[in-house]
Amino acid sequence: MLLGEDQITEDGEFVINIGPQHPSTHGVLHLKVWLDGETIKKVQPHLGYIHRSIEKMCESLSYRQFIFATSRMDYLSAHMNNTACALTVEKGLGIEATPRAKAIRILLSELTRLSSHQLWWGSIGLDLGAVTPFFHAFREREMINDILEETCGARLTQNFMVPGGVMTDLHPNFQKRTHEMLKNLKAKLHEYDDLLTGNVIFENRTKGVGVLSKEDAVSYGCTGPVARGSGVSCDVRKWFPYDGYEQLQFEEVLEEDGDCYARYMVRMREMKQSIHLIEQLIDNIPEGDFQTKTKNVLKLPKGEFYQRVETARGELGVYLVSDGASTPYRIHFRSPNFCNLSALNHMAKGGKIGDLVAIMATLDLVIPDVDR
Amino acid sequence: MSQEELKTKITELLPSAIFEESSEFLQLILDAPDLLPLMTELRSDTQTDFDYLFNLTCVDWKDHMMMVYHLFSKTLKHTLVVKAKISDREQPEIESLSEIWKTAELQEREVFDLFGVNFLHHPDLRRLFMEEDWKGFPLRKDYTDENMIQL
Repeated sequence: MLLGEDQITEDGEFVINIGPQHPSTHGVLHLKVWLDGETIKKVQPHLGYIHRSIEKMCESLSYRQFIFATSRMDYLSAHMNNTACALTVEKGLGIEATPRAKAIRILLSELTRLSSHQLWWGSIGLDLGAVTPFFHAFREREMINDILEETCGARLTQNFMVPGGVMTDLHPNFQKRTHEMLKNLKAKLHEYDDLLTGNVIFENRTKGVGVLSKEDAVSYGCTGPVARGSGVSCDVRKWFPYDGYEQLQFEEVLEEDGDCYARYMVRMREMKQSIHLIEQLIDNIPEGDFQTKTKNVLKLPKGEFYQRVETARGELGVYLVSDGASTPYRIHFRSPNFCNLSALNHMAKGGKIGDLVAIMATLDLVIPDVDR
Repeated sequence: MSQEELKTKITELLPSAIFEESSEFLQLILDAPDLLPLMTELRSDTQTDFDYLFNLTCVDWKDHMMMVYHLFSKTLKHTLVVKAKISDREQPEIESLSEIWKTAELQEREVFDLFGVNFLHHPDLRRLFMEEDWKGFPLRKDYTDENMIQL
């Protein structure tokens, strides 16, 4: 349907288009909203503005190359996307990363999770009318991005994981700068709570808004903080541990209310868990090689492989079908944002149009991951 | 339930089921018309209780289409992969599962858009990523258009 067509339906409902270029949709997402006064009757997402068909591209890339395409899906969880692909190939080859590589993977993944949640915290403030959080969040996020840049050479699309380990060893400054960052962040984290968490305006706009029940969260396939905000235990790091998460101590953050405030609290508490995880590992990185020796041309045996990891937004699944050649026969990415988005209509229905912005902010969508 | 118990249970429900254990999960292969009754049973039966459909996709095997459903039970913690074979590759058709798992609705639209599988009784089957007048289905193995570069 073209924009502007059928603006008023027969029932007197008013149809408006939000996006694709709208700040609250966090990317090129187009929402078509049916309104009765200010009340939302229906929300329909229109996708495809950034569809690159990564799955088709991967079919002609080798098992080393296709990992790089996945940094461009959820660009705020690039390390976790790469890890998922590397683990799938390792599963197919029957090899394992070295202990040092595993520790590096966890460290970088948790740093990425921190930086992703900080960006989200800044933007939720911006969406709900507070500008200050954005500057506070980016102040700390810069430090993490600098650490990642020093080791990986890039700030967003790092492409650091390879089958069998990681691309290079950590930068000599990594430990020192991570310690500095953690010290700084722990001293500043209470400011986050002071600014938003207890704020009356913020609480009024998020509490009881966009409620998602436990049963619906499972049925819609929601994962990550969205599902955990509804009390669904779904942390892949606990359920199906990979890379040695089972040896580390951390708790799965759960909130029971299922509203925007619960999803907000899950991410706030998850940041503390990520700090805890990094602290356990940063001084105990095993010595040794950062990569297992692999052949130049990787060929996976005939069969199917499935690997999931916990990205900052939920469960990313990589489904790989191999026919024995040096490129995948078929690859499918079960992306967390895609499934979380499917619950949007259910959550927004019956609410006010202003609530839609709050719901979108706590869904924390990254549109390139939805469209792939 | 263990894999063996699942096997016996499913064989009771569908005697023609074929099992495969080549991957890490138990795989069940069936024909497209058997899908909906079996899935309804797997969801509602308290012994199987597959409440979470965590992946839905399709594979084009050049002579047939294979729908792949990854199922998990949050309460009983067992996994099952159901594969439904669609023999008619030119006009593939299968029942929609959006009544059973709500997540299927959007994921089936994706498969319809990229593979051209027609889901019967789907509430809103339209193109998802591609434009509405797009010709062909990009993830099919024989798909070509004038903009594609052959390496």
